[in-house]
Amino acid sequence: METMKVDRRKFLAGVAGAGAASTVAAPQAAAAAPAVKFPSAAAHAAETLVPAALPASPGRPGSDFMVDVIRSLGIEYIAANPASSFRGLQESIVNYGGNAKPEFLTCMHEESSVAMAHGYFKIAGKPMAVLCHGTVGLQHASMALYNAWCDRVPVITILGNIVDATKRRPGVEWLHTAQDVAAIVRDFTKWDDLPGSLQHFAESTVRAYKIATTPPMEPVVIVADGGLQEGPINDGESLTIPRLVPTAPPQGEAGAVREAARLLANAEAPVIVADRLARTPQGIKLLVELAETLNAPVIDQRGRMNFPTAHYLCHSERARALIGQADVICGLELTDYWGTVNAYADNHERTTTARTKAGAKLISIGVGDLYTKSNYQDFERFAAVDVPIAGDGEATLPALIEAVKATLSSERRAAIAGRAEAMRKAHAAMRERQRMDATYAWDASPVSTARLSAELWGAIRNEDWSLVSPDNFISGWPHRLWNMEKHHHFIGGSGGAGVGYGLPAAVGAALANRAAGRLTVNIQADGDMMYAPGALWTAVHHKIPLLSVMHNNRAYHQETMHLQRLGNRRNRGVDRAVIGTTITNPNVDYAKLAQSMGMWAEGPIENPADLAPALARAVAVVKRGEPALLDVVTQPR
Amino acid sequence: MRCVSLPALAVAGILVAGTAQAEPSAANGHMLFVKVGCYQCHGYQGQGGAAGPRIAPDPLPFDGLAAFVRTSSGEMPPYAATILSDGDLADIYAYLQSIPRPPALADVPLLKQ
Repeated sequence: METMKVDRRKFLAGVAGAGAASTVAAPQAAAAAPAVKFPSAAAHAAETLVPAALPASPGRPGSDFMVDVIRSLGIEYIAANPASSFRGLQESIVNYGGNAKPEFLTCMHEESSVAMAHGYFKIAGKPMAVLCHGTVGLQHASMALYNAWCDRVPVITILGNIVDATKRRPGVEWLHTAQDVAAIVRDFTKWDDLPGSLQHFAESTVRAYKIATTPPMEPVVIVADGGLQEGPINDGESLTIPRLVPTAPPQGEAGAVREAARLLANAEAPVIVADRLARTPQGIKLLVELAETLNAPVIDQRGRMNFPTAHYLCHSERARALIGQADVICGLELTDYWGTVNAYADNHERTTTARTKAGAKLISIGVGDLYTKSNYQDFERFAAVDVPIAGDGEATLPALIEAVKATLSSERRAAIAGRAEAMRKAHAAMRERQRMDATYAWDASPVSTARLSAELWGAIRNEDWSLVSPDNFISGWPHRLWNMEKHHHFIGGSGGAGVGYGLPAAVGAALANRAAGRLTVNIQADGDMMYAPGALWTAVHHKIPLLSVMHNNRAYHQETMHLQRLGNRRNRGVDRAVIGTTITNPNVDYAKLAQSMGMWAEGPIENPADLAPALARAVAVVKRGEPALLDVVTQPR
Repeated sequence: MRCVSLPALAVAGILVAGTAQAEPSAANGHMLFVKVGCYQCHGYQGQGGAAGPRIAPDPLPFDGLAAFVRTSSGEMPPYAATILSDGDLADIYAYLQSIPRPPALADVPLLKQ
């Protein structure tokens, strides 16, 4: 410890000298007054030079207690890009806390910090904390917080900020401070507070954790005032940390659940639709039990891993036909119920048509009705549901299953049993058709997304694997070709469709999977990668094993299609739809990008025959505990 | 390479009386398939995907496909003749016809259950 202090003093002295030299070399002021004032020398120095020597702390710092609070919640990691507004807390994490539980994860952008926490939660089942630096850090983090909000994922966001104006260093520290800093994200966080004392910090942080992890789960914000962090714990101050007792999730009202059960039990063609249903592995078991009790097909909208793809009642690819035939539809934690039961044409005249047949009854169970805000429109278009039940889907399923079983007469049981054979045949035909579809463009270059998915499946199917990226941009091939059955086999997508989620969320999920020894797989979109390539470095630095396979279609492809559509509508030609929407000229060399940060990488791979051996090499790297990346040039979707 | 049958083109009203028509070119059709963005939803080999259905090999009869291209009112925007000429459409059709059939499912070990 003493050696560390000596070395640090030497280091500081060296940097101070360099800083002095740079001050001498500063440019002279121009003769004419500039339109925008440069920071003063004092402001520049305050932000960029070594802090002046601080007097010895008069006692144990408040930030040590903050670490105790964070540790009491079982938080194992704190992701952050380092910053002065939480220097007290960071110092306590690495020195007082020994950088273990919580461990500081070095991120290269606050958006990556939050996305890492986002992906981590969906595997670990418990939140990660994120440190953000006042105004600028939180603004960087805001898009990722919005993704987490839309995806109903708790993130414990701790903000550095300095409330007392007389305690702020002149210059930049004022720029990075706000009177009400959490207001930046209040529209899409569930709760925030600005504790005025350490005891207040303890109580509000435990409260924030409970609020965040009670469905609907959402991000929360706690402001850790700089004065509280760096000030001492007062002599004789009696500080206590409230015990964390998780709040039981809300369950649907019993009468409404019985009505839903009655409709389902008596339906001739019931359909179950699930989106963000299965919060835990138990959610999958419960949904299987409900579906088998009714012999009802399940459409998995893939907000989470809800239903085994090989189960005879998994009919996700038949959604349109099934919705049209259904007499009762049971939506479980749907993001967009209206869009589930209506068709919408994006053409000259935007038209809508009902997909359901006349008289079809709609049931909804979910937490969407329990917590809604006004400004951001993530609640989607209003759907007129016959039996809307406000309650957590997974928590309500046991009561619903029990009510359905209690409702079924022997006659209804026989009728329901009679549906099984047709369901088995339809499921088998669907899976066969999907495999057949995958053969088209099998040998094409660029590599087809079906071939990419099939080759990847061949490389991992005998491992304990976990796919931590959405697959809607590759035509859903993993869901169509792989056998997904465990909760960690799939974790859904970003929630808010904000680009830049993919890579850092995968790194966070891989960190959670590391403890279980799982092989984590990320099919990484190229446009998304370029938002946050620094997450590659974080994966290498923290030795997080993760196999990333690029879906490199060299475009923001969805936008290419939009531009083409508009060009066609306006009869202006379509050949310029690539302007501003493609990532070519030059092509990005993702293997070199990854290698530059110390990651094992190969590519670009354009010949599908080269995929299998490259995947074998990459999997070997990941199995020895390192991240690896394969750049594969792919078909658009 | 298979070529578009002349009767099919005539039915679709593609041929203009008295105008000399070159044999539809699959190579030019391939270039056009990319240039006018067909690949964006249907893939470079017309294999289809989440954004658009499979259109090759064995495309729809030419008259049906041409009518759809000109008058689509669904997710696919219609291509007016000013954007995609009759000749270019015939070339694209020739390209679709030239795309080989995929391997048999039984011959692809990776796709066996």
